[in-house]
Amino acid sequence: MENYFQPEFETMPLEKIKELQNEKFMKQMQHVWNDCPDYRRKMEQSGVSIDDIKSIDDISKLPFLSKDDLREGYPYAMLAKPLSECVRIQSTSGTTGKRVIAYYTMHDIDLWEECCARALAAAGATNEDVVHVSYGYGLFTGGPGLNGGSHKLGSLTLPMSSGNTDRQLQFMTDLGSTVLCCTPSYAAYLGETIAEKGIKDQIKLKAGLFGAEAWSEEMRRDIEKALGIKAYDIYGLTEISGPGVSFECSEQTGMHINEDHFYAEIIDPDTGEVLPEGEQGELVFTCLDKEAFPVIRYRTKDICVLTRKQCSCGRTFIKMVKPRGRSDDMLIIKGVNVFPSQIEAVLLEQGYQANYQIIVDRVNNSDTLEVQVEMTNENFSDDLGKVNEMEKELVAALKSMLGIYAKVRLVAPKSITRSEGKAVRVIDNRKI
Amino acid sequence: MTVKQISVFLENRSGQLKEITDLLAKKSVNLKAISIAESNDYGIIRLIADDVDFAKDALIDEGFVISVNPVQQISVPNVAGGLNSLLSKIAEAGINIKYMYSIVAGKDEDAQMIFKVDEPEKLEELNL
Repeated sequence: MENYFQPEFETMPLEKIKELQNEKFMKQMQHVWNDCPDYRRKMEQSGVSIDDIKSIDDISKLPFLSKDDLREGYPYAMLAKPLSECVRIQSTSGTTGKRVIAYYTMHDIDLWEECCARALAAAGATNEDVVHVSYGYGLFTGGPGLNGGSHKLGSLTLPMSSGNTDRQLQFMTDLGSTVLCCTPSYAAYLGETIAEKGIKDQIKLKAGLFGAEAWSEEMRRDIEKALGIKAYDIYGLTEISGPGVSFECSEQTGMHINEDHFYAEIIDPDTGEVLPEGEQGELVFTCLDKEAFPVIRYRTKDICVLTRKQCSCGRTFIKMVKPRGRSDDMLIIKGVNVFPSQIEAVLLEQGYQANYQIIVDRVNNSDTLEVQVEMTNENFSDDLGKVNEMEKELVAALKSMLGIYAKVRLVAPKSITRSEGKAVRVIDNRKI
Repeated sequence: MTVKQISVFLENRSGQLKEITDLLAKKSVNLKAISIAESNDYGIIRLIADDVDFAKDALIDEGFVISVNPVQQISVPNVAGGLNSLLSKIAEAGINIKYMYSIVAGKDEDAQMIFKVDEPEKLEELNL
């Protein structure tokens, strides 16, 4: 029996979903036109008036929003409610520039947390579960989102936040955590540490929700094995609400988008043209009923495919099929597109762990790629020739996956910093 | 005589070797011999310690990547040509030496050499 949080929405017939979306969208556009000067200006600049919007089918007339749009108006970009009605902010990490501040009314917090509760329920969580949240708490949406979702579901919530692995494991064993929420790289690290300490028999986890980073199928299998769980992907971004914009169900063939709140489109990233269902392109979201920060046609830079293929879980929400990587994460090296997730897949295949760093540089006008990976006991041998051989095999496997040469550097175990938030996988030293 | 040798993965950067000797000193492990094989970016340090299991556990606890392998310890007469006559016997038996290094010996004692060979059983049979 599939576990839902709000089956009345999650399994709603498609026609009803479309009706609901249209109704919410028309109301949202009135709100934005009247209360969100930033977007109204944007519409006027594109020569679009509220009168041109007769139904959700007219959405393609509306201008896109980019991360730069949200940064430019810092700190009040896209704010559409008086601050007296706002109860919370969250913020992006700002690692690639100015931070984006997202505002929430109580209504916005509720709908976000309900989305997270749906994701937890899809991973099998109920009020009988102990939900261990090891995402960072604070401005980052990971911790607060899953914390709220777990509350809504009535599960016992452990607000562990990130870091202090010994304390994490202590609570996990003493309180019998059953559902883990964190980044996939931290889940892998917890798995490693549990194996090192030989305490796997004391771990009661059955499921995990891992997001905020791209991860490969190989990494999923490794985490599932190390923690003895089923690992679910969860997707979201602060600009739209936070984690729970979409989530995986038991079928694990893509993530169901919470379509009653977020309208998804796929566009050609070069032309901005809307692409039909089934085609790969850039994911664009419109918030259908968020009040304080009602982002319209936001370009996520995530590349994926949308599909309405019937799902065995009974949910009718459209699915986004896992991007090969964020277009943000994609590196162009010697003119070739390289995704860190491809490198990760090769490393895991070759018996290394997902602890690696990619260093890109430019020497004499030519790009260089170096992959640093930690030596493992399994791959180490007293025979220098064999170690050299393994290194050569890894170089060859990377070359065949990426199409370009990557220098491999084997480093000492634990010398690559473990992430407690987002893993820093790529260091790009090119000054372009 | 077969003895156990500990090999440790080492990054080729300053201070790495000292991290190991620091640890072993702290744990009061007496090193009888040490040798390093190096490649471009990394190396393998090979150790003969007085208490192998203790040294091995100490290294694993600190997170080093190691492997323990049998090697042959052979005594070499402390006279001119001592090593040469030993190597002649090994060569005559058709045994290939992968690497060798020496154990610190006292003033008038015979030297002790560590051998890694491709056919250790054959070397044992020579009764050197």
